[in-house]
Amino acid sequence: MTDAAAIELRGISKAFGPVQANKDISMSVKRGTIHGIVGENGAGKSTLMSILYGFYKADRGEIFINGQKTEIPDSQAAIRAGIGMVHQHFKLVENFTVVENVILGAEDGAMLNPSIAKARRTLKELSEEYGLKVDPDAIIEDLSVGHQQRVEILKQLYRHADILILDEPTGVLTPAEADQLFRILERLREEGKTIVLITHKLREIMEITDTVSVMRRGEMTNTVATASTSPAELAEMMVGRKVLLRVEKSPAKPGDVMLKVDDLRVVRDGVERLKGVSLHVRAGEILGIAGVAGNGQTELLEVLGGMIPATGGTVTVRNEQIDVSGKHSNGQTRRARGIGHVPEDRQDEGLIMPFEAWENTAFGYHKDPKYNHGMLMDNAAIKADCADKMERYDVRPPNPRLPARNFSGGNQQKIVVAREMDRAPDILLVGQPTRGVDIGAIEFIHKEILRLRDEGKAILLVSVELDEIMGLSDRIAVMFDGKIMGERLPSETNENELGLLMAGVTETRVGGAA
Amino acid sequence: MDFLTVLQILDSSIRLATPLLLACLAGLFSERAGIFDIGLEGKMLAAAFFSAAFAFTSGSVWVGLFAGVGASVFLSGLHGAASITFRGNQLISGVAINFLAAGLTVVIAQTWFSQGGRTPQLPSEARFGNIVLPGAESTIREIAQLGPLGQIYSELISGHSILVYIAFLIVPLTWWVLFRTRFGLRLRAVGENPAAVDTAGISVVGMRYAAVIICGVLCGLAGAYLATALNAGFVKDMSAGRGYIALAALIFAKWRPWYALMACLLFGFFDAVGNRFQNITVGEIVVPVQFMQALPYILVVIVLAGLVGRAIPPRAGGEPYVKER
Repeated sequence: MTDAAAIELRGISKAFGPVQANKDISMSVKRGTIHGIVGENGAGKSTLMSILYGFYKADRGEIFINGQKTEIPDSQAAIRAGIGMVHQHFKLVENFTVVENVILGAEDGAMLNPSIAKARRTLKELSEEYGLKVDPDAIIEDLSVGHQQRVEILKQLYRHADILILDEPTGVLTPAEADQLFRILERLREEGKTIVLITHKLREIMEITDTVSVMRRGEMTNTVATASTSPAELAEMMVGRKVLLRVEKSPAKPGDVMLKVDDLRVVRDGVERLKGVSLHVRAGEILGIAGVAGNGQTELLEVLGGMIPATGGTVTVRNEQIDVSGKHSNGQTRRARGIGHVPEDRQDEGLIMPFEAWENTAFGYHKDPKYNHGMLMDNAAIKADCADKMERYDVRPPNPRLPARNFSGGNQQKIVVAREMDRAPDILLVGQPTRGVDIGAIEFIHKEILRLRDEGKAILLVSVELDEIMGLSDRIAVMFDGKIMGERLPSETNENELGLLMAGVTETRVGGAA
Repeated sequence: MDFLTVLQILDSSIRLATPLLLACLAGLFSERAGIFDIGLEGKMLAAAFFSAAFAFTSGSVWVGLFAGVGASVFLSGLHGAASITFRGNQLISGVAINFLAAGLTVVIAQTWFSQGGRTPQLPSEARFGNIVLPGAESTIREIAQLGPLGQIYSELISGHSILVYIAFLIVPLTWWVLFRTRFGLRLRAVGENPAAVDTAGISVVGMRYAAVIICGVLCGLAGAYLATALNAGFVKDMSAGRGYIALAALIFAKWRPWYALMACLLFGFFDAVGNRFQNITVGEIVVPVQFMQALPYILVVIVLAGLVGRAIPPRAGGEPYVKER
C-alpha cells in the first residue's frame, strides 16, 4: 500500500462540446513528492485538476488514490479522499476570521463554539508543525496575500488533506513570499504530503519539483524527472517548437526625454496612492516599473493614460506640460498626444468582453477619419483593418466577428496590443503585458515591445513579473507604497536587491512605517 | 402629554413595527444568503389574503396562519427557482412576484367572496386576540392609577397578539442562528463568497433555498399578522408598501438582527406618531395630516439616500452563482 502512487490517473478524457480538453491522460505521482504540471493556457491543466477535485466528471478514465480506485463526483468526495486544492483565486470569505474560514464546511456539530475552540487548538498545532504562522482571529481582508494563501493551505491541512494541488500559487506573491511558500512546501513534503504544482513559471518548476509533466493541447506529452531537464527543454515541450525564454535585445540608444513626471500625486478613496512620483522616459528606451501589485503602479498608469485625475504634480510630454487633473485629461487627449496605453487589466479596461473583436479594435481611435464616413462609422473599414491586424499580430482564431470573451487570454491581449502598438505611438504605456498569457504569446509580445523601442519610441513598462522587468527594461524603477524606492540598471542589480526594494527595504532605512 | 399617552404611542409603535420586523428579518435571511428580495411586499400581501380567506372559511385563525405562510413560501419557492436554479435576475423576479400578488389577491377575493376584492370581516375567533399577561388585567382607569413600572407592564408589554411576541423572540433567535450555529456560518458565507462554500463541499443551491424558504415563512407570518391581528380581514393592497419599508429598514440595520429591531421600531414609531397626531401646530404653522402620515416614507427616502452611513450589502448579493474552474 505504501508503495502505491498517491495519485494515479489512467486514460482520463474530457470534452466540452467539440473541444477535447483532456485526451487520454495518464499520470502517476509518488507519495511525498512535489510534481509540477506545466503547459500553455488552454492546454488542459486546469480541466485535469478540476476532474481530480470533483468539479468536472471525466468522460472516460479512472482515478486511483493511494492505490485504490476512487470515484470523485464532487468536492466532498475529493476532500474525503484526502485531496485539497489551493485555487489561484483564493476561495476565502473575506470578512470572516481565519478560524471561521478554516472550519467552513468542516464543522463538528451544529453549534459553532465547540468547532471554533477545536479549530483554534488544531491550527496552533498545524502552524507549529509546518511553520505556517497565522493569527486565527484575524479578518481575511486585513491579511497580506501571502498570509491569505497560508490560510488556504491550513484549510486543506485541517481537512486532513494528504494531497495538495496548488494552481499558480505564486502569481500574486512577492519574491520573498514565494520563497516562504516554497519552504512551506518543502516542509510539507518532508512530512509525507504529496503536492501537485500547476504553474507556467519554469524557474519554479526547476527550483522545487521532483518530477514534471508537460501538457500541450489537452495531451500529456512528457513526464520527466526535474533534475534531468532544463527550462529551455521544458519550454520547447510546452510550445512544440524552440522558444526564446529571454528575448535577445540590442543596447538601447536613448534619445530626448519624451515623458517627464514630476512629484505626481493621486488620492483615491481618501488614501494617497501616489506620494510624489518623479521619473522620465527617453525615446528609444524602456523604463520598467517593478513592484508588488497595489503599490501605486496601477494609479501611475491610470493617471498617465488619462483614466483618473492627478491631485498634484505635473506631466510633461516633449517639453510641453499636459493637463492631468482637469476636464481635458482623458484617454482621447492622451492619444492625440501620441500616448498609447495597453492597460493592466485587459478584461476590465482593455476590451469590452461581449463586443466583437473588430469593435474592440476601434475603441479610442473611433474618431480616426479612416474609420468614419462623415457622421457614420465605416464598419467595413474597421473590420478590414481588424482582420489585417489579426493576421499581423497572429491573433487566433483570426475572426473579427468573434466576441472578445471567446478568445483565450493571450489572444485577447494580442488584440489590445495590436490596437495600441500598431499606430506606433511616440510614448507607450504598458501594464502587465503578459499576465495570464502563455509562453508563445509572451515571446511575441516582448518582441513587439522591443521592436517599438528600437524604432525610437519611449516605453513605460509596469509589471509584477520580475523576470519580465529584468529581461526587457533598460532602466528599472521600483515602486513601494506610492513612491519610487530607487532606480537600478538591469546589468548592475539582481532579483534579491529588487525584491528588497519592492518590500520597502533600502540600505539606509526600513520602509513601510505603517 | 402625559406618561400614559407616551406609552400608548409606544404600544401602537410595537403593533405597527411587528409586520415590518417580520418582513425585515425575512429579508435578512434571504439577503444574507445572497438572494436579494424585493418581493417581500408581494409575499406579505399574498399571505395576508390567504390567511384571512382561510381563517374566515374555516373559522380557525391557525388554519388561516398556515394558509398564509404556505402562500408566502410558495412565492418564495418561485423566487428561488427563478434566481437560484435558473439564475435569473433577482430584481425582476421580485417585482414580478409583487405584481402577481397585487393582482391575484384581488381577483381571487372577488371570485370567492364577491365583496369588491376584500374578504369579509373576520369574527373574533378567526383573529389573533390580544394576550393579557398575568397581573395586567386592569381597565384603562385602573392603569392610570398604577406606578410607571406597572403602567409600562400593563399598557406596553401586555396585551399584544401572540405574533407580536413571536416576532420579538425571532430577533435573538435570528442572531443566535446566524452567529452561533453552523447553519448561520454557512448562510453568511454563501452570501459573501459562494465559491468558498462550494469548494468546501457544501451545496450553494441547498443553502440558498433554505434561506429563501425561511424568508417565505417569516413573510407569511408578517402577512397573516396584518390581516388577522392588526386588522380584521383582507383589503386590497393592505400591505401598503410595508415590504419596501422593511427593505429600507434592512439596509438601515446593515443586515444585522438587533439593528433591524431598532430600525423597525423607529419606522413603527413614526407610523404611530403620524396616526395619533393628525394635525400639529408648530408656532404659526399647521403641519398637515398628510405630512404626518408620510413620515415613515420620508424616512425611507432619507435612509435610502444613504444619510445614515455606508451600508455594505453581502458581497455576493444579487448575483447568481455559476460554478467556475
